[in-house]
Amino acid sequence: MVKILRILQVSFRALTRNKMRSFLTILGIIIGVAAVIAMVSVGEGARKGIQERFASMGTNLLFVSPGSRQFRGVQTGAGGYVTLKPEDAIAIEQNCDAVAAVSPSISTRSQVVFENKNWNTQIQGTGEKFPEVRKWNVSDGNYFDETHVATAAKVCVLGSLVKQNLFEDEDPIGKTIRINKIPFKVIGVLESKGEQGGFFNRDDMIAAPYTTVMRRLRGVDYISSIDVEAVAADMTDEAQSQITELMRERHRIAPGADDDFQVRNMSDVAESAAESSQIMTILLGSIAGISLIVGGIGIMNIMLVSVTERIREIGIRLAVGARERDILLQFLIEAVVLSVGGGLIGIVIGIGVSRLMKYVPTFESITSVVTPGSILLAFLFSASVGIFFGYYPARKASRLDPIEALRYE
Amino acid sequence: MSEKVIVLENIARIYQVGEIEVQALRGISYNIERSEFLAIMGPSGSGKTTLMSILGLLDRPTSGQYLLEGEDVSVLSKDRMAAIRNKKIGFVFQNFNLLSRTTALENVELPLLYSNVSSKESKEKALAALANVGLKGWEYHRTNQLSGGQMQRVAIARALVNEPSIILADEPTGNLDSKNGAEIMDIFTRLNREQEITLVMVTHDPVIASYARRRLYLKDGQIIREEINGKADGRVLVQGG
Repeated sequence: MVKILRILQVSFRALTRNKMRSFLTILGIIIGVAAVIAMVSVGEGARKGIQERFASMGTNLLFVSPGSRQFRGVQTGAGGYVTLKPEDAIAIEQNCDAVAAVSPSISTRSQVVFENKNWNTQIQGTGEKFPEVRKWNVSDGNYFDETHVATAAKVCVLGSLVKQNLFEDEDPIGKTIRINKIPFKVIGVLESKGEQGGFFNRDDMIAAPYTTVMRRLRGVDYISSIDVEAVAADMTDEAQSQITELMRERHRIAPGADDDFQVRNMSDVAESAAESSQIMTILLGSIAGISLIVGGIGIMNIMLVSVTERIREIGIRLAVGARERDILLQFLIEAVVLSVGGGLIGIVIGIGVSRLMKYVPTFESITSVVTPGSILLAFLFSASVGIFFGYYPARKASRLDPIEALRYE
Repeated sequence: MSEKVIVLENIARIYQVGEIEVQALRGISYNIERSEFLAIMGPSGSGKTTLMSILGLLDRPTSGQYLLEGEDVSVLSKDRMAAIRNKKIGFVFQNFNLLSRTTALENVELPLLYSNVSSKESKEKALAALANVGLKGWEYHRTNQLSGGQMQRVAIARALVNEPSIILADEPTGNLDSKNGAEIMDIFTRLNREQEITLVMVTHDPVIASYARRRLYLKDGQIIREEINGKADGRVLVQGG
């Protein structure tokens, strides 16, 4: 033990003798570890944000979306065929007693113009019960009603970001905007949901009656999905089976054949969204991890140079009685001190970078989360990089022949 | 006083250089007694450096037996050889072989780093060894701040620090001027006489060799002659065979 401490001391001294070189060597590890921690914390923050966003949408929400359907023996992919009609939505609302409200949904992107300003945004076609189903109310004016939907009225409700962009401080209620050159009367403004840890802003949209979007903007007779509100959170499973039964009947699906639609509840959707951001975290983390490996190669390179430079020293140590494993340990400790030192500095910088991330425009919505797990991972990874890449040079040093090493000039 | 520290029995060393076998030593048999001062002489290529490497357990003989303090050390593992080098052998080299940019004290402490000695004891021993070679006050000077003679004295202190059975010196004055060389030889003579340290020295310089009590002449890997210097200890000896 005493010996290991003293060898550690020897290693430290050797490293501080070449301060500049040691610093440049560990720079690779510093950058690698800092990148891993910053990337993972951003990814983790995005995941948390997505979860929070879905939680805020309510837990008794279900989605009905088109599934795969067989057409003359050819199976289409999920969502690859339009199978949902507005009548399906009406039938669900009327026949399923576990369902409180429905809102058909179809969207399109379009350029919107008001006077000399214009903006490209999502036009979300919804039913009149959208505010109830999505727990999203107007902050100003009114949402459109049943009559607007029935007559495919050219009215719209602005998301707060669109309102801000087109009207700034002006009152938009009663004004007319043009969506795809068609005039729409603004009757309300939605309350701001804010940017909650996502990569898109939910306030960047305009709501209009789904009938209007179908007929006047898209020119189609189908809808892309149906938002369903169950009567209570614990009734979502019941609502799900009622909807499935009704839809199979309506779509004349033979017993045993696959559904041509999907019914998913909020927790399914939240889970899959969280999963995809998890994948992104892993991806970001592994790209950063590659830079750690590159840093490890840098350590190996410098350790090999260092062994060559110090052949005489190794010879002297062997002559006065150092065993192979003493030399191996000395050089291995040097490599590990480099990588762990770089790792620790990298952790500090990584935490700093992830704290500063919210000042970068693209990431401002993400509250990065530095987890103890990612710190531990980065630390252990950098230590093992040191052992892995330090072993070969250290072994090379320990296998030197003392006589030749002593004669080496 | 006839305790034998080293017994060599028909030591041979053959190097394989590519296809060619080089016979560096061809059957050396010789005994070295405690507190002996022996000089090994011979032209280059005579095998004296190879003999030193084998005596110092840096190399193993191809055949023959080497007893160090009664223990057969000709067939040991590398780790065992390192341990014996550490405990029983001190080296002094022509080019000093000190660690650069380290202090005299650290250099002297080096063998103790590999022999389970506490930091405190290690420092005490190293300070005593430095005082023994007259370097009191120079302990914390870096080796590049020392003169050649001083560097060689640090090397001698390093060789002494673990109280070895034998000190092996390879051309210890080869890189020094005659004045410094004489000083080093005075230290060796004093250590040998007063502290009864066994010394084996390789040199080709007859003046330096004359400090030794015995001189062994090698040629082509064999002992060709041995001289015993009567003047060294005030006795007249007959040349032995």
